Amino acid sequence: MSNPKVLARLRASLPAASVLTGEHAVRPFETDGLTAIRETPWVVVLPETVEQVRAVLAICREHRVPVVTRGAGTGLSGGARPLKDGVLLTLTKMSRIKEVDLDACTATLEPGVTNLAISEAVREHGLYYAPDPSSQLACSIGGNVAENSGGVHCLKYGLTVHNVIGLKVETFEGDELVLGGKILESPGLDLLAIMMGSEGMLGVVTEVTVKLLPLPVAKTVLLGSFGVLEDAGRAVGAIIAEGIIPAGLEMMDNPSIRAAEDFADAGYPREAAAILLCELDGTADEVAADARRVQAVLTFHGADVRLATDAADQERLWKGRKAAFPAMGRVAPDYYCMDGTIPRAKLAEVLNGIGELSEEFGLRVANVFHAGDGNLHPLILFDANVPGQLERAEDLGDRILRLCVDAGGTVTGEHGVGVEKLNTMCVQFNDEELTQFHALKAAFDPDGLMNPGKAIPTLARCSELGGMRVHQGRVPHPELERF
Amino acid sequence: MDEADRIQLAVAECRRLSSSLAIVGHGSKALLGPLKGEDTLSTQSLSGIIDYRPEELVVTAWAGTSLGELTEALAEKRQMLPFDPPRFDAAGTLGGALASGLSGPARPWRGSARDAVLGVEIVNGRGQRLRFGGSVMKNVAGYDVSRLMVGARGVLGVILSASVRVLPMPATEATLAVNCDAREAGRLVRDWARRPLPITATCYFANTLHLRLSGSAASVASARSALGLGESGDPLLWAAVRDHAHPFFADSAGTITRVSLPRGARFEAADALIEWGGCQAWSLDGSIEPPQGAFATTYSPGRQPSTRPEAAAATAKVTTRLKEAFDPSGVLNPGVEV
Repeated sequence: MSNPKVLARLRASLPAASVLTGEHAVRPFETDGLTAIRETPWVVVLPETVEQVRAVLAICREHRVPVVTRGAGTGLSGGARPLKDGVLLTLTKMSRIKEVDLDACTATLEPGVTNLAISEAVREHGLYYAPDPSSQLACSIGGNVAENSGGVHCLKYGLTVHNVIGLKVETFEGDELVLGGKILESPGLDLLAIMMGSEGMLGVVTEVTVKLLPLPVAKTVLLGSFGVLEDAGRAVGAIIAEGIIPAGLEMMDNPSIRAAEDFADAGYPREAAAILLCELDGTADEVAADARRVQAVLTFHGADVRLATDAADQERLWKGRKAAFPAMGRVAPDYYCMDGTIPRAKLAEVLNGIGELSEEFGLRVANVFHAGDGNLHPLILFDANVPGQLERAEDLGDRILRLCVDAGGTVTGEHGVGVEKLNTMCVQFNDEELTQFHALKAAFDPDGLMNPGKAIPTLARCSELGGMRVHQGRVPHPELERF
Repeated sequence: MDEADRIQLAVAECRRLSSSLAIVGHGSKALLGPLKGEDTLSTQSLSGIIDYRPEELVVTAWAGTSLGELTEALAEKRQMLPFDPPRFDAAGTLGGALASGLSGPARPWRGSARDAVLGVEIVNGRGQRLRFGGSVMKNVAGYDVSRLMVGARGVLGVILSASVRVLPMPATEATLAVNCDAREAGRLVRDWARRPLPITATCYFANTLHLRLSGSAASVASARSALGLGESGDPLLWAAVRDHAHPFFADSAGTITRVSLPRGARFEAADALIEWGGCQAWSLDGSIEPPQGAFATTYSPGRQPSTRPEAAAATAKVTTRLKEAFDPSGVLNPGVEV
């Protein structure tokens, strides 16, 4: 599509370098981190100021052009997939740290500031920003808000929703919502909470205030290696039942261990059925005491335990886990990363189910698990060049997410719905709940032009999926006769 | 028909009759003003713990479950509600705690009521029974309606049940006290915030700054020596402040102002009670002006609370629309302002 009038107005409102058109210029924006889903945007705009964001939204509003907001493009669910006939609003040029307030222990940021840049900027003051998604080197804080991003330290330090305390949001109607700030509690409905994880459907985040925490004085990492996967699952519950909240608690299964070890030489035992990585932080005394208790729990559950000897060793142990995703690139040409969350107690059951599905579909699956918070990342290995494999991988992914919902979990823990999980949303929510979601969106965006078609499936889509959806034992519209 | 069905039917019936409902748990929060529905809908009979698995750090309970019962069940497993909700007159339900969105003394460190909520089941104003969120920590499927319910005072839906995150109780707690004026108290809490100390509550009142440390015996002891504070305070202070049973609140004759202050703010009103590391103050002065970036809400008997400065027009617009989106006929808690 081309709309010369809109394009002319965009060019008049933004610097020349901030309006990109043409195949060559927009190609890098056709996909986010979910590369299987792509679309060529009609135009990409990269505003440098809030005023320019407002101008873009005003033009789109007047000409009824949909807007897709994008941060660094590291999202894993196609939430930033462009529209052929829409404007792709990319916020990476708005990347100033506006203020670090040491009295308040807050930082106020433009949305394009990268996650890691926040902690780097405040480290000299002994502070850091807690949520640390694996993509933290590249992902932006605005995108973190849109996805309510987590990381490996969520169990103790929470998600984006627990660490972002203020937002400025431009709505499609041209209003600015000032939500929270440096105060802890604002009067009125908690609009700040509803913005977290809203996937760019409600407004454009132009300013983010985060709280900063003092860097912990001490930390340590333990590696537990298990011969039986179920034992590792039980050990996780036992650590928590001990009253210990580890800073990080990660599990990997054998295929993940092997891939990571080949890739990163982290010192993992290649024959183990599962490993647990447990990071503890706090004061020196506390860490030492907790490490002894964790060691005892792991040993009791049949693990061989190794305590990191020093900071370099800690880093080496983490290196394998952090390399788990890229490591899959060596094992298979492509992998498809799932993002279900399950109650921890159901881990063994779900992993066995995944194993059976893996055999049924003839595709290998490696599992990486944020064990502390129940967030499971099965990685489906496939080769997109083999006809039919991508579709099989997607079908398998669908089945795995259904397994997570059946276990009392959710289809997405931290990657978002985007376009990828629209179908599985139909499994998790009934028509009335989906209708309520759509009504909520309309309260912010009555025109429905902010990132249309993402995050919440239409009722028509769900009914077309066929098969009767049974939601938590309840059939939608039980008053209707069914055959 | 179970109790939740009864509530759903009551809302649906009210909608059909263009009537309205006042939603009540234990009715312990008179502080927040009177309710005006044509009929009263009580959640008291919708009570009990549905699922509690200590190793999952999650408890799911019906809305009418008393906070006393809930905290006792958690305490048996040495766990607790992180947001430590107020129990005015020693009463209060889980649903009421969430709908009012009030959190206790540890709020800046252990999080608020909304921070702890993982999922809810509600009846919206259309009489539909809906579930959002779940019982897992991480969940980004759909908008975070569960957290929107917290502090919404029932105007978006009647909470039927909720799953909330719990935390292990600390092995040790110590309450310390420092004699100082409001300015020095402010300086101290700002300084402490930048240090990795196991602080879980602060309260300044009448020239004394109280401080609570929580954690392992070792970390509490080392923090205590790092702070150089020997003098012990009264550990019962925290529940008294939380429940407004502290003598400060007895002098209020019913009218009291809560000031929500920016982190790091310099707020030095001598006659105020200041908690939450300087982020929440209570004053008996009904006309106290909130400093820049702060909000003041005055509670008076028999009246809706009034907040200044008023909500911005853009926020008010979205708020009105959200209320219509959940309760188009205004069945739920009419007259309650959020």
